[in-house]
Amino acid sequence: MTTARSLRRLVKPVAFVAAVAPLTGLAFRGVGGELGANPIEVITHETGIWALRFLLITLAITPLRQLSGWRSLIGFRRMLGLFAFLCASLHFCTYLVLDQFFDFASIIEDIAKRTYIAAGFAAFVLLVPLAATSTAAMIRSLGGRRWRILHRLIYVSAVSGVAHYLWLVKADTLRPLAYGMILATLLGFRAWHALSPQAKGIVSRNPSAANRRIRALRSSAEPET
Amino acid sequence: MLVRKAPQIRASEITDERLYFNRREFLGRASIAAAAVAAPWLSPSGTSAGFTDAQALEFSTGSPFSTREPRNSFEDVTSYNNFYEFGIEKGDPKRYAVGLKTRPWTVALEGHIAKPGNYHLEDVLKPHALEERVYRLRCVEAWSMVVPWIGFPLASLIGRVEPTSQAKFVEFTTLYRPSEMPGQRRDVLQWPYVEGLRMDEALHPLTILAVGLYGKTLLNQNGAPLRLVVPWKYGFKSIKSIVKIRFVESEPATSWSASGPREYGFYANVNPDVDHPRWSQARERRIGEFFKHKTLPFNGYHDQVAGLYAGMDLRKFF
Repeated sequence: MTTARSLRRLVKPVAFVAAVAPLTGLAFRGVGGELGANPIEVITHETGIWALRFLLITLAITPLRQLSGWRSLIGFRRMLGLFAFLCASLHFCTYLVLDQFFDFASIIEDIAKRTYIAAGFAAFVLLVPLAATSTAAMIRSLGGRRWRILHRLIYVSAVSGVAHYLWLVKADTLRPLAYGMILATLLGFRAWHALSPQAKGIVSRNPSAANRRIRALRSSAEPET
Repeated sequence: MLVRKAPQIRASEITDERLYFNRREFLGRASIAAAAVAAPWLSPSGTSAGFTDAQALEFSTGSPFSTREPRNSFEDVTSYNNFYEFGIEKGDPKRYAVGLKTRPWTVALEGHIAKPGNYHLEDVLKPHALEERVYRLRCVEAWSMVVPWIGFPLASLIGRVEPTSQAKFVEFTTLYRPSEMPGQRRDVLQWPYVEGLRMDEALHPLTILAVGLYGKTLLNQNGAPLRLVVPWKYGFKSIKSIVKIRFVESEPATSWSASGPREYGFYANVNPDVDHPRWSQARERRIGEFFKHKTLPFNGYHDQVAGLYAGMDLRKFF
């Protein structure tokens, strides 16, 4: 069995289950009536924060891969990005249906007048073309270069997402600023990597090191029998 | 649930202000109720470790100021709270307020009054007959509840302390005790929390000091043992766990207004026409209901309180 196949067969399903857990947890709490006095607010906050978390996790893949030399990490990026899109879609639908109940006049006014709503809306809309071009066929038809340029929109989306969070809190900006710091680190790494010739030096290009890590991953992910 | 208009209170039902300040009647009612009122705070059942179990209160019902709208459940009222002294999440106050010791409790009455001093809570409450007031509560975050408070008019307390002519505003202060109020360990707001009212707002018969809800003493997460309730203003004006009431000459610097002067004004009257800079105030979600209500001017208490602001530009003094 090749390492790539073992990754697909063993690690990815585990990662998938882990990634779907926040949403299933929310659904179970909802069905069990455990979302408290204002369930719509809880659903809005949970889907929103997980969209942002998945965006940051997705953005962490490339720096992690470059620092660790663990190339197979790339195999998780699309799935994590699509989870970000799923959570953002649910977040938007919660606003559209549960919060505003299709009151389009009020929604348009919100987007036009409220900076934080506009930022959140932009963050979501920018993810749509990325999700739409996430298939192998779309990557082929766009061509790698154009596809990579298009997918840099995720940087704009993530910045808008953090701004959306920062601008909606009433007084305590600690958490949105923490997300902002993480995002700044992830984007800063890319800038540093792109600009600095030294940066190339610390990035592991050693295939044997990468293989060792994949073997370690495979053994740790093997089901116990 | 259908959106419906609150029953209007007829002018004839509103207690005349002169009656409110009729000292003889006030003392008469007070002496009857005194023992019953003070009992829950005097009873030895509260332990030194804390006072978290609500105790039954004696009170009168049927106030003309009470709304007949459906009340939010005790569970809603005691589990969904904004009380930043215990954390910024709605569930934090219920989770973390159990450690707050509300006995003994003293209230400092200060400033331009004839009888300043530190008073035991029991002595502050003793002369006052308690009554139920079922009020709408509108949060600045665009959600609302209906809460059956138990309390007494702030005006009765003010009458007792005899403010001088220099007392133009009333400033209230919440307890500052980071060891028991974990939210105070970070400077989310300026601590201690300070709120204030103009004297005529403080004397208005709708303004009450609450000691209970749903027939029992307040739980810590709702601002035990003594809090303000001003139903025509956004919820943050209704300061909780009060330790100081000071009568001052100039407008107090209040916590939310200091935190965001463009977003939170001193007056903070519920006003669907003046949006929060970041969100609309035109509608609100009544907790427990799906469709939003239209927010009413002065939270539906327009007829009772609009006169206080005659001639004022409510967009400027938001």
